[in-house]
Amino acid sequence: MTPEPFLLTASALFATGLYGALSQQSIVMLMMGLELMIAGVVLAAAAFHHLVNPEASEGQVLVLVTVTAMAVEMAVGFAVVTALFRARDVDTSDQAADLRG
Amino acid sequence: MQTVLAWGFGVLAVVCALLVFRLDSMARVTFALLASFLFVAFEVLLLGLNYLGVVLVLMTVMEMVIMAVFMVMYMMNPAGLVPMAMYHNRAGAMAVSVGTFCLLAAGTLLVDWPERVGRPVSDPTAELGAELMSSQMPTMMTLGMVLFAAILATVTLSMPRGRYDRFGGSPRGRPTDPVPGGLGPTTVSPGERR
Repeated sequence: MTPEPFLLTASALFATGLYGALSQQSIVMLMMGLELMIAGVVLAAAAFHHLVNPEASEGQVLVLVTVTAMAVEMAVGFAVVTALFRARDVDTSDQAADLRG
Repeated sequence: MQTVLAWGFGVLAVVCALLVFRLDSMARVTFALLASFLFVAFEVLLLGLNYLGVVLVLMTVMEMVIMAVFMVMYMMNPAGLVPMAMYHNRAGAMAVSVGTFCLLAAGTLLVDWPERVGRPVSDPTAELGAELMSSQMPTMMTLGMVLFAAILATVTLSMPRGRYDRFGGSPRGRPTDPVPGGLGPTTVSPGERR
């Protein structure tokens, strides 16, 4: 197997997620974009591990760390959405632009 | 055969990912995302990383079921009965993401990938377990602390009231506490908090 199918899929998932994260107004949809980006990273890390140096198990550890980041992002993200909605009745990113530079 | 499967799962994962931002119904969006993640997990399984692939499948199935509940809670159009358009700066976002894909794909296709070093171990799961319990122990402990901190942060952020809300404005004296423990009618409802 060559790394190209895996890395091209990972690139496409990352780019699709980036489009979602940049273009969606709803915070829940924005988080879906972030999840897709992390899925791309998971796939690229797994492909590198298996196709470049399968004896080094640090590659698997990196995938595990990325999967954990995915879970934490989702849980804390939804908690932030809940807190924001309770405080202000807001669920879109345009209405929560207080920190805009 | 494996290369064909890799391309097939890859194309399906990307198609499902694109559907996430094209469909109107929130339920369909959630399950399109789930399908995309499942195809990514199948690719990881194809790479021989059985444990990580199965973890991905289990985690994403649970995650997307929870996400479906949140979708119905927060989105204005969960059933998808009318077309939905909640975008800002679509052209800019499209330009940035197409540019990112071209950059990454150019790197993938043009870079001379190194020859494979070593052979796949017979049992990657045992290898990962041994690694996590020996030289990667600090990583494992950090992950544990991060997950614990995430639990605390999630509970704190999603609580409707803080511990001292039942004292009213000033935390001096005794709280008005008809039921000990602060569960009485002084509980602040979300609407009054603003």
